Amino acid sequence: MIRRLLLVAVLAFLTLPLLVILPISLTPERYLSFPTDSWSLRHYRSLIENPDWSSALLTSLGIGLVSALLATVLAAAFCIGLWLNPGRRFAAVQALVLLPMLIPGVVTAIALYFGLARLGLIDTLAGTVAAHTLLAVPFAVISVGVALSGLDPKLAQAARSLGARPLRIVLDVVLPLIRPGLVAAFLLSFFISWEEIVVTIFITTSDVVTLPRLIWQELRNNISPAIAAVAVVMTLVTLLALIVRLLLTARGAEARP
Amino acid sequence: MTATAFLRSTSRRPLAAGWLIAPLPLLIVAALALPLAGVVGWSVTRPSPGLQNYLGLWELRDLLWRTLRICGLTTLIAVTAAYLIAWSWVTASPRRRVAIELFVLLPFWISVLIRAFAWLVILRNDGPINGFLLATGAIDTPLRLVRNEFGVIVGMVHYMIPYAVFPLITVLKGIDPRLQLAARSLGARPLQRFLHVTLPLSLPGVVGAATIVFVFCLGFFVTPAILGGGRAVMVAEFVYLQIFQTTNWGAGAAMAVFLIAVVALLLLALRRLVALGLGSPAR
Repeated sequence: MIRRLLLVAVLAFLTLPLLVILPISLTPERYLSFPTDSWSLRHYRSLIENPDWSSALLTSLGIGLVSALLATVLAAAFCIGLWLNPGRRFAAVQALVLLPMLIPGVVTAIALYFGLARLGLIDTLAGTVAAHTLLAVPFAVISVGVALSGLDPKLAQAARSLGARPLRIVLDVVLPLIRPGLVAAFLLSFFISWEEIVVTIFITTSDVVTLPRLIWQELRNNISPAIAAVAVVMTLVTLLALIVRLLLTARGAEARP
Repeated sequence: MTATAFLRSTSRRPLAAGWLIAPLPLLIVAALALPLAGVVGWSVTRPSPGLQNYLGLWELRDLLWRTLRICGLTTLIAVTAAYLIAWSWVTASPRRRVAIELFVLLPFWISVLIRAFAWLVILRNDGPINGFLLATGAIDTPLRLVRNEFGVIVGMVHYMIPYAVFPLITVLKGIDPRLQLAARSLGARPLQRFLHVTLPLSLPGVVGAATIVFVFCLGFFVTPAILGGGRAVMVAEFVYLQIFQTTNWGAGAAMAVFLIAVVALLLLALRRLVALGLGSPAR
């Protein structure tokens, strides 16, 4: 009985932040408050009308889509290359590839700050995309790796014995078979970039402002209900990505004989 | 030659796929490993060559101790709460299991920044908690719940619980349920069964979960920066401040190198434990 009460308390603790954000985003007041008599969408409207928010939203979407694409392509090439050579051991290389996931964010941040400063890419879209790709790639590698682990390497040998060249094998045999893994890698990478903040704080100043970067600035200057509205929008985009993934896996399961 | 014999004969020759494998490791070396070496270089050359940046870490023992204290408390609370969730999950019906998973995964997908914002709203002086306590007359003046270490720990515990739940579930699932029955048949009461059977058997999972949480906590940046309000500066925020406010690159770099060294040591220790069989699920 006590245990059940404690469990409810812990689960409520986990849910509390979510329960607070939604009502605050709907307050009709200028300041942070819970709506009492009426609610309004003014803070959502201000997101569209205020060019800062709308451009940050577009920047984040753009950087997220490009980084996710790059991370997925790099991860797919890497994993398929390993898969085509089943006899060889690549443990060290695999550990290297997962490095961006294991290193504390602030260490990656200072390293990228150093590297991008050398190249003159601080506060540029190219630099930010490169950084986000690097951060997302371990997750993409894991997604593609899981998909490939269910694929028999003999398929490649069979295709090869029929005269297919490596490029042909990859394009016509492997890629179609691991499509769900590729989609998962893309969506997960997008999610990593979409909410990345620590590295972005280090490598951007004023030209490249992603949505989390703008929230970070606003949190330090003036905390307004608009942040709650942005939070709801950000969470909805994440949920959308999750739903797309669920639908695709469900369809993939049906399509399979 | 039969088809299988043909396949066997070709399988020995690996396909030339270096052009597929190489780009990603090269990118990681160029974009992460080399710059990391550069950061190590900063730590021993700026502002002047020598180890003074590392020796200076001793002057920062207050900050290091604070980081340790906040991370230790967070680990303790988060792993305890996660244990409760994991144990309830293992003993729950399938339908209730799904419900628990949903509650654990939901915050998992919310940005760390948004969660810090939400806690700032909840814990501030005119937030709902203080409002409730003032209205009921439990307190006269608002409690300081945020922009201090307390607020940081609340935010970090909230972030870390899901990370601790999953390794604990894995271990608790592996414990033979018949042991419970055996203990009960010998007359052990529920608390005794937990303390003498379940808890010792799940200890490897607790150590694993605690290490993961603690390592994560050491590098926390956003949550302490927002919920600490400058009064609970931890290692990661210190690095940020050195680079961008005092422009003392050497000190920031040395702290980053120190952080990664501690994290690497902890992860190696955890691997060692796993190798010794202490980290593997109890049979």
